[in-house]
Amino acid sequence: MEINANHRRRKFTDKAMNALSVGCALLVISPLAVILFYLLKQGLAALNWDFFTKLPGPVGQPGGGMGNAIVGTLELMLLASVLGVPVGVLGGVYLAEYGRDRLNDWIRFWADVLNGVPSIVWGMVAYAVAVVPFKTFSAYSGGLALGFIMVPLVLRTTEEVLVLVPRSYREAGLALGLPRWKMIVRIILPTAMKGLVTGVLLAMGRVAGETAPLLFTAFGNRFWSHHLTEPIAALPLQIFAYAISPYDDWHRQAWAGALVLITLVFLLSAGVRFISSRQKS
Amino acid sequence: MTQISDPAAALGRPPSRWGDRVFYAACLTGALTIGVMLVLVAYQLYQGSHLARAEFGWKFLVSSTWDPVDEQYGALPFIYGTFVTSFIGLLIAVPLSVGTAIYLTELAPIRVRQPLVSVIEMLAAVPSVIWGLWGIFVLVPFLRVHVYPALQKVLGFLPWFQGPIYGIGMLTGGIIVAIMILPIVTSVSREVVRSVPNLQREAAYGLGATRWEVTRIAVLSYARRGIFGAAVLGLGRALGETMAITMVIGNSSDIAKSLFAPGYTMASVIANEFTEATTDRYLSALFEIGLVLLGLTILINIFAAVMIRAITTEETRRVA
Repeated sequence: MEINANHRRRKFTDKAMNALSVGCALLVISPLAVILFYLLKQGLAALNWDFFTKLPGPVGQPGGGMGNAIVGTLELMLLASVLGVPVGVLGGVYLAEYGRDRLNDWIRFWADVLNGVPSIVWGMVAYAVAVVPFKTFSAYSGGLALGFIMVPLVLRTTEEVLVLVPRSYREAGLALGLPRWKMIVRIILPTAMKGLVTGVLLAMGRVAGETAPLLFTAFGNRFWSHHLTEPIAALPLQIFAYAISPYDDWHRQAWAGALVLITLVFLLSAGVRFISSRQKS
Repeated sequence: MTQISDPAAALGRPPSRWGDRVFYAACLTGALTIGVMLVLVAYQLYQGSHLARAEFGWKFLVSSTWDPVDEQYGALPFIYGTFVTSFIGLLIAVPLSVGTAIYLTELAPIRVRQPLVSVIEMLAAVPSVIWGLWGIFVLVPFLRVHVYPALQKVLGFLPWFQGPIYGIGMLTGGIIVAIMILPIVTSVSREVVRSVPNLQREAAYGLGATRWEVTRIAVLSYARRGIFGAAVLGLGRALGETMAITMVIGNSSDIAKSLFAPGYTMASVIANEFTEATTDRYLSALFEIGLVLLGLTILINIFAAVMIRAITTEETRRVA
């Protein structure tokens, strides 16, 4: 009897704890379902062709769009990539192909630490080095802030995909008499290309939604910006400005902007999934 | 067989070493950029906060006056708000994440695991400003009407749950932070739990343990250190969360005991007031807050990196 009761109690605890962990998993994914529901519900209603092509309208006048902010975000992503991709990829190549263990360990370690530095801090750095000296907010400074965020991300993923390339590829290349750099550029990088693209897309998806570092670098702009030395609009900035505004029409536009932004981010990560699924087969 | 008159000529000119040198130098520059960035960020924030450091010294960290009109600055309300929201975030996120990690590695059917991991990665990809937008228009009204009054009725005898309910406030900020750090804490915890050797589990099963007992005795006690590391990493992310908190915390630089009251965090005061800082001293004070934030996150990230270094993989970093 005693043993039976004990056994039943243990069985019950087991069941209860299993149910609890299922509950945890459901709770963890529920915010995604909820936010997607609201984005579709509120965002779709406010989306139309004007939203993609028009400038923001003046207060109180319904209509208008975020055309400039969408283009601005794409420009900023491109600018960030101009800094982040070459530096990150070359640094990753160094870690994977050259270098001594001691130095490499330090670089890896500090890259991980830099990955954890709040994005707003990079905005402050970009403000100090690219806004103050030129006395104007600019697309360049926004791109710089986002580029800072991209470098350690791209560097780490690049190294990780390069070390997966079999050693024999390197040996074969060198045995053919290729100089080392040619071996890397012609054999190693093309072999790892899918992984490299994956890493870059992930990093771009990450910076696409960044708002804080742009607040005092790109600054936002209610008009088209014609030059990269001018303040530029960005989708996340516009969503922020509209969300905290007191106007209902702007709130609707903020939801629409959020829907567009999340679509952009998810498209990038869908691209990643597509690439890596083809890699496996 | 033809006779080679000059073996050296047959081999051709030795390949130029320039390509190698240039490429090596470029790669080295890329790698050293990490060091340059580290120095740059520390130097710029140190330099930018020069005025405030000279004026207020260490008192800056413990003074709770934030008065731009009078040019008196102290960072305590923001440090307080940052820690309160991060702590609430961890309190909610860590148990949920560990539970999910256990489900993912110990219980879930194989065909559920990968989709679930993908969903968690998607959760990590949602930009902060979108959580903020949702926070303002969905979460805040919901909490104000349905959750907080009930909470106050039950726990109202505690000082943390007294006072007027606005919906926006530190508790709401903490809940938003929890949602935002869930993915990273979950995926690192999952890596940690996955790294527990199967032998541990088999030994416990062999002794007749139930599934939960195996998890508790063999898995959790083995993975304790790593889970702690995951929580510390989550703390590092929580400290730096900016936009979503800024949008729901209420932005008030008074230190309030009640969690329902509005507060302010280090990152959000920078986000809100940086472009409004009209004087050099004001801007300098904000730079010093940035410096404190940077120092804290670097320390915490070093600590977390040391604790979980060995067990992170590409997948973990994908959501980081």
